[in-house]
Amino acid sequence: MNNRSVLKTKLVASPYIVWSALFIIAPLIFVVYYSFTDAAGNFTFDNISALVKYAPTFLRSIWFGIVATLICLVIAFPLAYIISQKTEKIQRTLVMLVMLPMWMSFLIRTYSWMALLQDTGIINTMLGKIGIDPIHMINTSGAVILGMVYNFLPYMIMPIYSVMAKLDHSMIEACQDLGGNRLTVIRRCILPMSMPGVVSGITMVFVPSVSTFYISQKLGGGSFDLIGDVIERQFQQSYNYNLGASISLVLMVLILLSMAVMNRFTGDEEGMVI
Amino acid sequence: MKTASRIYSALVFLFLYAPIIVLVLFSFNSSSSTSVFAGFSLQWYKSLFQDEATLRALYNTLILAVCSSVAATVIGTAAAVGIDKFKKGVARSSVMAVTNIPMMNPEIVTGISMMLLFVFVGRLVKNDSVLGFGTLLIAHVTFNLPYIILTVLPKLRQTDRNLAEAAQDLGCMPVQAFFKVVLPSITPGIITGMIMAFTLSLDDFIISYFTGGPGFQTLPIAIFSMTKKRVKPDMYALSALIFVSILLLLILYNLAQSKSERESKRRTK
Repeated sequence: MNNRSVLKTKLVASPYIVWSALFIIAPLIFVVYYSFTDAAGNFTFDNISALVKYAPTFLRSIWFGIVATLICLVIAFPLAYIISQKTEKIQRTLVMLVMLPMWMSFLIRTYSWMALLQDTGIINTMLGKIGIDPIHMINTSGAVILGMVYNFLPYMIMPIYSVMAKLDHSMIEACQDLGGNRLTVIRRCILPMSMPGVVSGITMVFVPSVSTFYISQKLGGGSFDLIGDVIERQFQQSYNYNLGASISLVLMVLILLSMAVMNRFTGDEEGMVI
Repeated sequence: MKTASRIYSALVFLFLYAPIIVLVLFSFNSSSSTSVFAGFSLQWYKSLFQDEATLRALYNTLILAVCSSVAATVIGTAAAVGIDKFKKGVARSSVMAVTNIPMMNPEIVTGISMMLLFVFVGRLVKNDSVLGFGTLLIAHVTFNLPYIILTVLPKLRQTDRNLAEAAQDLGCMPVQAFFKVVLPSITPGIITGMIMAFTLSLDDFIISYFTGGPGFQTLPIAIFSMTKKRVKPDMYALSALIFVSILLLLILYNLAQSKSERESKRRTK
């Protein structure tokens, strides 16, 4: 192909490049702009210094996010392994079953957990029938974390499964031949080989968990404010866009930094595993 | 070991489906309670089909999902074709980095950043109600684009580059060569990306919440404003219907796939 037609082909990307400049880059510039200005548009550091007040909320969000991510990892890893060991037909069905809940509104599913967890809810009614005293579950930190684990678990199962399904079986057999028992094979052979899936699962669960705002309101009863709740309030209730922008800016920087650290483990430029 | 793994998978799936079982069950409840089952009735399904606001929201959601996924597919496929010709270097890696931003950024940040842009432009043109279908469409196209590009690019990489040249040697114009040779070979990627974009757009709440306005309500937004008060079981009925239709679609898709696999196996024999 000659140079001119290569150039012409490159040009078909230009609508996208213009689009991304207008609607990906420019909005981010606006976040920075609003963070450093007041309502009248004058330069100020007030929004950034006001963030000190929200440090506990930031820490709580990060802590909840880490706990939810770890629980997802512990639940998802064995399940992904179990699925990857089945025949192809059963694998396809199970993967479908993992993804199916994601196609329903997460708002309704989270709301439905409220009905399950309430003091007079379904779980406590069932416990009462077998003679166990009701357990207080709703509006606790545990309920918020449960909501996160529930909503984002498929994002952990899918990437780990898709790496495991492609694992080279001769490697696993070699590991067994060298005398590894079941656990050793998993720890020394399957775990290291599925690291790319684990890493992308961790980011896919951690990012939405840290920044969520609905789950904590519904299952935490408003007593476990997360950073997403604070941002939402600035934009939808108190209309303080400048403060909201500065909180979002810090959240974004935090997340991009932790992703950069995570990507050190895989070091693959276009290596997103979906 | 086998029983242990069976019990384990059953427990995880029970966890994933517990709230869905609850909402399907309570959509048939004869009282409006969402925790005590009083008796079987279809009244919520009936009231669902009489609730114009909800049906309107459903219609809006579908329109938005179709428009945004089609627009994103066209722009995104063109982008992938162009990016594929970029040599490895600063230009390519910066375009790819920008493409990754909407996927890596928390949705709430994507949502508020676009809202800031729209509100700012709205103030410039002295229009206080810019947020609506137009801004929602822009937002949805934006978060759909990366998925299209990232599913089409690998397909382009797999396509034999000599094919397009061969077509041109045989007298095709470059554009014709693209539509006759390259496009058919990347179509599976395009379709996968488009389906992904469509479902993402159907289900999106967070970004729509910040970029939409009161004039154009999508279903997730309608559900959100309802869950602020108490959810009426007709929302459960709607969710149950959506669940059943997706389940049916997936089963049909699976059946079609295993049928075509069996046929291709027979052919290779």
